Amino acid sequence: MSGLITLHGWGRERLTEILDKAEGYVASAQSTAFSGATVTCAFFEASTRTRLSFERAAHRLGAYVMGFSPELSSVTKGESFKDTILTLTAIGTDVFILRHTLADAADLAAGWSGRPVINAGLGSREHPTQTLIDALTLRQEFGRLDGLRMAIVGDIRNSRVARGHLIALPTLGVELTLVGPTPFMPQDNPWGVRTSTNLDDELGDVDVVYLLRIQAERGSSADIPSSAGYARRYGMNEERLSMMKPTGVVMHPGPINRGVEIDDATADSERSLLVRQVANGVPVRMAVIAEALEGVR
Amino acid sequence: MIVVRNARVLTPSGIEDASVVIEGDTVHSVGAEPEANGHQVIEAGGAWLGPGLVDLHVHLRDPGQTWKEDMRSGARAAAAGGFTALVAMPNTDPPVDDRTTATAAVERAAGIEDVEIVAAGALTRGRSGEALADFDGMFEAGVRIFSDDGDSVPTAGLLRRAMAYLRDLPGALIAEHAEDRSLAATGHLHEGEVASRLGIAGLPALAEELVVARDLLLAATTGTRLHIQHVSTSGSLDLIRRARAEGVEVTSEVTPHHLALEESAVEGLDTNFKMYPPLRGRDDRVALVEALRDGTIDVVATDHAPHTTAEKEVPFEEAPRGVIGLETAAAVVATNALGGDPRLFFERMSIAPAGIAGLSRHGRLVEKGSPANLVLFDPNLRWVPGGFASKSSNSPFAGIELTGRVLMTIREGKITYEGGSG
Ligand SMILES: [Zn+2]
Repeated sequence: MSGLITLHGWGRERLTEILDKAEGYVASAQSTAFSGATVTCAFFEASTRTRLSFERAAHRLGAYVMGFSPELSSVTKGESFKDTILTLTAIGTDVFILRHTLADAADLAAGWSGRPVINAGLGSREHPTQTLIDALTLRQEFGRLDGLRMAIVGDIRNSRVARGHLIALPTLGVELTLVGPTPFMPQDNPWGVRTSTNLDDELGDVDVVYLLRIQAERGSSADIPSSAGYARRYGMNEERLSMMKPTGVVMHPGPINRGVEIDDATADSERSLLVRQVANGVPVRMAVIAEALEGVR
Repeated sequence: MIVVRNARVLTPSGIEDASVVIEGDTVHSVGAEPEANGHQVIEAGGAWLGPGLVDLHVHLRDPGQTWKEDMRSGARAAAAGGFTALVAMPNTDPPVDDRTTATAAVERAAGIEDVEIVAAGALTRGRSGEALADFDGMFEAGVRIFSDDGDSVPTAGLLRRAMAYLRDLPGALIAEHAEDRSLAATGHLHEGEVASRLGIAGLPALAEELVVARDLLLAATTGTRLHIQHVSTSGSLDLIRRARAEGVEVTSEVTPHHLALEESAVEGLDTNFKMYPPLRGRDDRVALVEALRDGTIDVVATDHAPHTTAEKEVPFEEAPRGVIGLETAAAVVATNALGGDPRLFFERMSIAPAGIAGLSRHGRLVEKGSPANLVLFDPNLRWVPGGFASKSSNSPFAGIELTGRVLMTIREGKITYEGGSG
């Protein structure tokens, strides 16, 4: 049973293979390759962008998409997570696309349903399709990943995107530095990566500044006195952009908080890859869904 | 009469290869080989015979959550694990916090045959952490151990009042679960490598150590006997050592799982590895084993905390805390932590806990006239835990081969458990 819960254990070849597959979908037309297949988007945590991107990807492969959001369903009536998964399985689905606040929700859902599960964001654990999207976007921009230097800036402790990057990007040759105030740093550094509390010191050395938003929903706004102060120390702006190499770029997984981690001019500058990241969401997710569906056929 | 032949017996003069004759509720003789005319003869084959094990920390869930466990099933599990006495934590529903609930617990415990159940009482009314519980009513009902286990007493002011009051009640003991809520509230596992990797909020070692430090300072100033429950960090051990050197009357316990397992065991988010305090790092585990050997930690206590499979089969962060331990403790401790030393094994799992709980018929060296509360333990027998006598099976050791198994448990001369052949 394939599916994609974590990129942990994926080697360079495996990662490159899925990126190549995604690249092949970038300019592809509407397909009927998977007509008759059903994909269920089970989102137990709010999301518009990721969900739309997955739905669009499934449609382009010709699959039928079932949607599920707990606020519209009996989960609010206390139906357990397990019962919900079993119900959706019984209704009939080939693959689950799951977003949940809890780290092991996808592993449990896969066990209960016997279906491949694609992780669309699990708590603060990992968001593997975002990591693949960013890898693809960078490969398109620089023509390579090997030797690129990236500073991940912001609320890393609560970021599933950062954890996915920490798992997979070093395997692809990207050198990571974690930047942010100490309360935003993971308590431990099992990845053995560089850390820094001073963004300005890092800017001249990196090819990519990868910005994260403050995850207020996970309580991290209580970890800093004010977002204004944060913006002055870590917010990306034109002045900081000018401290980067001329080829340096800015990325963000969205949604962005303009004026906090990024100002308008930077977000909209040609050094910003934000729009391309969003656009690459569809082909990357097509590749991941296609692999999962190929696995159940 | 029961005759146990060819055992390695823990006697006042050390470990002796001997046969032991039990008559009624008493050890009749040690050493002499009796004529086997009609007696029940048990061939020990060199297994250890010593005082029945005593567990200072068990959750029996009775009354209130008897689908997880009740006094009877908990007692069966205890007997199967070699225990002849246990202390039942008061976090039942309703909690044991006054004369009525304490009397009910003591009376129902008296009807249990497989193990002696000692009821502990809460430190605060309703375990709410707001006002002192009815110490006098519970004391008169026979309660001597007071604990809000599951939570620390939240404020120094309230704990100081509890200590000051209990100091005057002879034999009273405060047992504290050390966990600062403001540091631990959102945590689900040790704040270390695995928590960082998985992005799950952790419980820092500091959450335990702050409360241990506070409690030791309060015990030093009030002069009240203090017992620290389930110590899990090396920092707590340093604090205990320092306090002891300064004359503070403090004892402590460690669980079998904290002696045998580390945070890496939680990597797969199996909820049978979720408990508070959480499994810590390697340095902590090694320090706990060392401290149990050198006596900084006085006893092993299981923190047996049953939950059903359905309750545990949920996402890790939503799973209830706790694991069962009665039936696996002897094996985990004897072979894993104490390296097969029978004297130390009985000291930490029977003699010392019986002393702390004031149980005069338990934890006694085996000799003519000593109470027949005994366990026969084969330190070499390999077995795989499963099919538990407990109503619950949330054990981190289920399905894992252990070395060392209880062959027989005897309470007041009656065999309460016999098995362990495979
Ligand atoms: Zn406890």
